Amino acid sequence: MAKATITFEDINVTVSAPAGTRIIEISEKVGSGITYGCREGDCGTCIMKVTEGWNNLTEPSVLEDKVLRENMAGKHNRLACQAQVLGGVIKVRPV
Amino acid sequence: MVKPPLLVHDGVAQAVALSGRVHWIGALDPHLRTFDIILKTANGTSYNAYLVRGSTGVAIIDTVKESFAADFFARLETVARYDEISVIVLNHLEPDHTGALPELMRRAPQARLYISQKAQTMVKALLKQDDLAFTPVLTGDSVSLGDRTLQFLHTPYLHWPDTQCTYLPEEHTLFSGDVFGCHFCDSRLFNDQVGDFRFSFEYYYAHIMRPFKDYVNRALDLIEPLLPLEKIAPAHGPLLRDRPQRYVKRYRELSQAALQNENHDGEKTLLIFYISSYGNTQRMAEAIYEGAMVIEQVRVSLYDLEGSELEPFVDLIEGADGIVFGTPTINGDAVKPVWDLLSSLAVINLKSKLGGVFGSYGWSGEAVRMVEDRLRGLKLRVPVPGLRIKLIPTEEEIALCHDFGRELAQELVGQRQSKVIDMADLA
Repeated sequence: MAKATITFEDINVTVSAPAGTRIIEISEKVGSGITYGCREGDCGTCIMKVTEGWNNLTEPSVLEDKVLRENMAGKHNRLACQAQVLGGVIKVRPV
Repeated sequence: MVKPPLLVHDGVAQAVALSGRVHWIGALDPHLRTFDIILKTANGTSYNAYLVRGSTGVAIIDTVKESFAADFFARLETVARYDEISVIVLNHLEPDHTGALPELMRRAPQARLYISQKAQTMVKALLKQDDLAFTPVLTGDSVSLGDRTLQFLHTPYLHWPDTQCTYLPEEHTLFSGDVFGCHFCDSRLFNDQVGDFRFSFEYYYAHIMRPFKDYVNRALDLIEPLLPLEKIAPAHGPLLRDRPQRYVKRYRELSQAALQNENHDGEKTLLIFYISSYGNTQRMAEAIYEGAMVIEQVRVSLYDLEGSELEPFVDLIEGADGIVFGTPTINGDAVKPVWDLLSSLAVINLKSKLGGVFGSYGWSGEAVRMVEDRLRGLKLRVPVPGLRIKLIPTEEEIALCHDFGRELAQELVGQRQSKVIDMADLA
């Protein structure tokens, strides 16, 4: 199975994870500062900045785009509870 | 002595002239004592709104809280007709400045609304009108009233994402929104006539603007080139026509560190706060302190929370690069002085500071994880997992504390090794 390496820049930890894994499944276990609210793509609490490997994540759904807009998210921001890794190198940090 | 302005004549609220073309059409709320839950005021506040008359149109800048709309409209009507209004500017969307907007737009349907770029997503939610038409503006945008011009300054996060200032260059007057404002109510309106409002000015800055110091400095970079201003017309409190530049200067002072620390170039600061009931968490704190001091270029300080009021620590934390908390677990929780300090930090910017937590416990030891979660919620980085030790630390455990301190200090100066983990190894 394809693997991705995702780096949480705030804590300087890199995790190797299989394709399809959501960021939420990893970030809490390693203690990254990305915080969560509803955990289902509705509240916008877990907005994170993708600093590298934007295209190595699944594309945001229409609903995720809507939540990002409503929360005035910046460029290259995603919801950590929704974004799934596809492969390659990805770097993220809390906003 | 200059005669104070006449706010009411024959029972009718009157507009007050700042110049031949600019009028105050706001409202006084002398009985308010608590604003927005968090702010106290000893004599109420004012909701300042303004009217600017140009040769081809009239602009209204901000409105008032809804329950004071009658005063606002009465004052407006003493200096303009509704069909003359071509422009409505909202410097800030909070309800105390937009309460009269729906009615104003009903009375002046031809007027165009100007709001900041960042206000766009908020304005519909706030006003509950889907068909609202507006023009979003940024620094460099302006609107003409003929022989008067309104220029917009993009000054976000002072203190909401949407905030902006509006400048009237022909009169060197800045309509500053909540910036340079305060909750102080005095019918004499102008800073050279009202009672002593200095404490209100400072208090307002400390509670409303301080968390956004970086944004204050950026806004001042836009405002200072406009000096010398003739008048600053804020959305609350006295209108600043006597030496307004003093207030701009004071904002700059307040947005910089009061007394620079003694650090050498490039040196990082790490503050360790602890509280201890039997001396065990204190033993841990001392070992962490020693461990951190091994790393050059890190200035480490150790504080017992029992030995001070909390307020000075808030100032220290604001200027620090890293903060570490030591707390025992009592009845399944961190202890109150630690929570009290953590709940005092909302007035400062903590984003991206380094955080760490440690503590001794008797049987369950929840406090460390709880405080770690709180630090993440406050947007600190918590890269070194918290250290929990059961009851009295052994020599081996003291060595762990030493390592914990060293690792935190290494992280501060970028010397800590990055970790690579396989997901299968994560619990």
